[in-house]
Amino acid sequence: MSPPVEQIQHEPLRAGQALLSRYAESTVWLARYMERIENLARIIDVTDTFTRTSQTENGWRSIIQINADEERFYATRREADVANVAEFYVLDRENPNSIASLIHVARENARALRPLISTEMWTHINMFHNWVRQLTRRDIGPSQLSGLCARVKQECQTHNGITEGTFYRDQGWYFYSIGKYLERGDQTTRLVDIKYHTLLPREARIGSQVDLSQWSAVLRSAAAYHAYRRVMPRSLTPAAVAGFLLLNNAFPRSLILTLRQVNWALGQLRTDYGLRRGGDALERMDELRASLEDQTIQQIIVRGLHEFLDWVQLQLRHIQDDVADAFWTLATAPIEPAVAIQTFGAAPPGAMSQTMGGMTQTMGKPEPDPVQT
Amino acid sequence: MSGPSTPASPDLFSGYGTPRFFCEIMKGLDPNEPTVSLIRERLRAFDVEELRRRATAAEAELYNLGITFTIYSDRDAIDRILPFDLIPRILTAKEWDVIERGVIQRVTAINQFLWDIYHDQKILADGILPRELVLGNSNFRPEMMGLDVPMGVYVHVNGTDIVRDDQGRFLVLEDNARTPSGVSYVIENRHMMLRVLPDLVAGIGIRSVDEYGVRLQQAMAAMAPAEVLDPQVVLLSPGIYNAAYFEHVFLAREMGVPLVEGRDLVVENARVYMRTIAGLRQVHAIYRRLNDDFLDPDVFRPDSQLGVRGLVDAWRRGNVAIANAVGTGVADDKAIYAYMPRIIKYYLDEDPILDNVETNICREREGLQYTLDNLANLVVKPVGESGGYGLIIGPHATRAELDEFRVKLLADPANYISQPVINLSTAPTLCEDGVEPRHVDLRPFAVTGQSTWVLPGGLSRVALKKGSLVVNSSQGGGSKDTWVLSS
Repeated sequence: MSPPVEQIQHEPLRAGQALLSRYAESTVWLARYMERIENLARIIDVTDTFTRTSQTENGWRSIIQINADEERFYATRREADVANVAEFYVLDRENPNSIASLIHVARENARALRPLISTEMWTHINMFHNWVRQLTRRDIGPSQLSGLCARVKQECQTHNGITEGTFYRDQGWYFYSIGKYLERGDQTTRLVDIKYHTLLPREARIGSQVDLSQWSAVLRSAAAYHAYRRVMPRSLTPAAVAGFLLLNNAFPRSLILTLRQVNWALGQLRTDYGLRRGGDALERMDELRASLEDQTIQQIIVRGLHEFLDWVQLQLRHIQDDVADAFWTLATAPIEPAVAIQTFGAAPPGAMSQTMGGMTQTMGKPEPDPVQT
Repeated sequence: MSGPSTPASPDLFSGYGTPRFFCEIMKGLDPNEPTVSLIRERLRAFDVEELRRRATAAEAELYNLGITFTIYSDRDAIDRILPFDLIPRILTAKEWDVIERGVIQRVTAINQFLWDIYHDQKILADGILPRELVLGNSNFRPEMMGLDVPMGVYVHVNGTDIVRDDQGRFLVLEDNARTPSGVSYVIENRHMMLRVLPDLVAGIGIRSVDEYGVRLQQAMAAMAPAEVLDPQVVLLSPGIYNAAYFEHVFLAREMGVPLVEGRDLVVENARVYMRTIAGLRQVHAIYRRLNDDFLDPDVFRPDSQLGVRGLVDAWRRGNVAIANAVGTGVADDKAIYAYMPRIIKYYLDEDPILDNVETNICREREGLQYTLDNLANLVVKPVGESGGYGLIIGPHATRAELDEFRVKLLADPANYISQPVINLSTAPTLCEDGVEPRHVDLRPFAVTGQSTWVLPGGLSRVALKKGSLVVNSSQGGGSKDTWVLSS
């Protein structure tokens, strides 16, 4: 007979186990990719509705602009029409910004995080992934596209719900929040930036019927239409819409609200876990929030909305870099210079390509299985 | 085929016939054992279609849960599940008692053998084993000489591959003392069984398999440096691209320890640390699922990107414990296997509780003569190879092949062992045309810390192809839930 099983007692938490840097990094990316998928589905959906009801110029091009994918798109396709754009952004595995590619990298991160995340989170991502990866051109036809986007949105929201309900609230949760809200804030600035400029080409159009429907479409894509109506029942102007999406204190996708969430998560890492390392990110965050709180939307527009949003996007990127430097890039820098981390499974953590488009993560390449037993 | 108006009373085994081989359920040693009879009657009441529906549901669930091994190509990642057969494999308490004692005996002997050959090498001095068989073995690690592993344990996790012959005798086919895999399926199969066939399981006393993670965690903690009160244990995996990654995740979760990759660890001042968001944190015990070759580029393959530089040095200095130890491969090697009964006798002064498959050692004159005389009826295996390379199955070989092999054998007899062809036992298995007998084996898992504990159950692999004796997952094998009855 073997001795009875004895439980090994650990401290309840907090001081306990420190999160592996690699897990922190993957958590941020998992959150970002899931959020990005939802935003992409929203924008495809609203563009689909919008282009069908409007006689104006091609709205599909703006999705390509939002993602800064012009070069990649036009390298293989001539016309920015519904069939091409939907194929490019839903199915195309060569396009790293497609839903098919994003769910794949989201799942690869989830796979790396399997020891950390709940089984329910993993199972859902896995099923979502398997569903997306079996989609074909038939599923993105004109009569299917809106339903497909609705399903994608729903899956992302299911993910959020499962995560909220099952993800253990330790450091991992704060990193998840940082990733999710950085991405959401970034997506909101992109939406405002592109729409403001594509929808506002000439003075003459302002206030016209077309313009209004376009702006309500922008609101709808961010699920902001009713909230906006409630807050501002009497007017719908481009400036007010931009102001709502950027500065409203209560709307869950507004830039300022997402920044507050990032700030909260960074602060928790410091207070709950004594991690002083996030200081740079917090400082930058304070500066960014101050610049938003100190200005009205009119002031921002007068000073140049596009330039301002460009600056915000750059700050968000710097915050991500600060977080990476603090918690994985520098924290995990090789101590011996001789340690070569080059090829398999060992992409330098935190390395990312900085294009005009969304930030992406560098992943290791698969190599043959080294274990034989 | 019955129409809707003629509800035939189902009999799952109606087309089963009389099994040719030893059958685990229909023709066991004790066919009237009451629990086995009860399970058999419950199974009989299923109809094939109902069982198939549940099997389909189970398969979908395995896929959704990601209980899969993933095959990566340049563009894609394809998930495969290990096919799961719903009809359980049953071991009575009496049968399990033999297996349990036999496995403990074998693991104990293996650990004593490893200590000896990496220290005084008495067994070689006493001429029990040919010196060159051990020292010239590619799995013998000279780096291990004189290293005092904690508690004298080299093999903390062992998988023993066991088959049954047509008399129902349990025979050890192979020891797996390096990084044996498959235990996650043992536990997941049970969970799946409870969900999909609750009506079959209800009220039957089956030994639980849920204790494995805690036992493993305890064994790892026990070997950590003694001065550490709350040792940090980690599981070292090659990463998400490894085919067994699911199992690594599963075990890390069951043990409640971080799953790390080589790049998460660093050695400084002969101590091992993991890289965390709060800086470096010391690691005291490592359950590694990485082969010796890849562990430490300073000592083994210098091109390995998966391991940790300086790990073996830290280990040697007693600052970290590693399970399984390096160099255990010499004990589960085919050449050594043939001597295992003598090794047990030498260290424990006991007869083996579980026999080897009868093995003729061709480096010995008698063994060679017997092999040459009976070539057409034997399996002859080269000892240095793995994966079935270079062997000949006498009954399946042509005259010319046998003659050719005879020449090779005579040129280097020390390189060969021979065994009779074993008619593996079978178990009823859901196949395309209904329930049919299929060959099975069994891999129980033993965890050794202060003492050796055997998980009551094991991986029952089943050869899904008709007539096939090959149970490996790469060759159309599946698995079954293994029920060890509590009484």
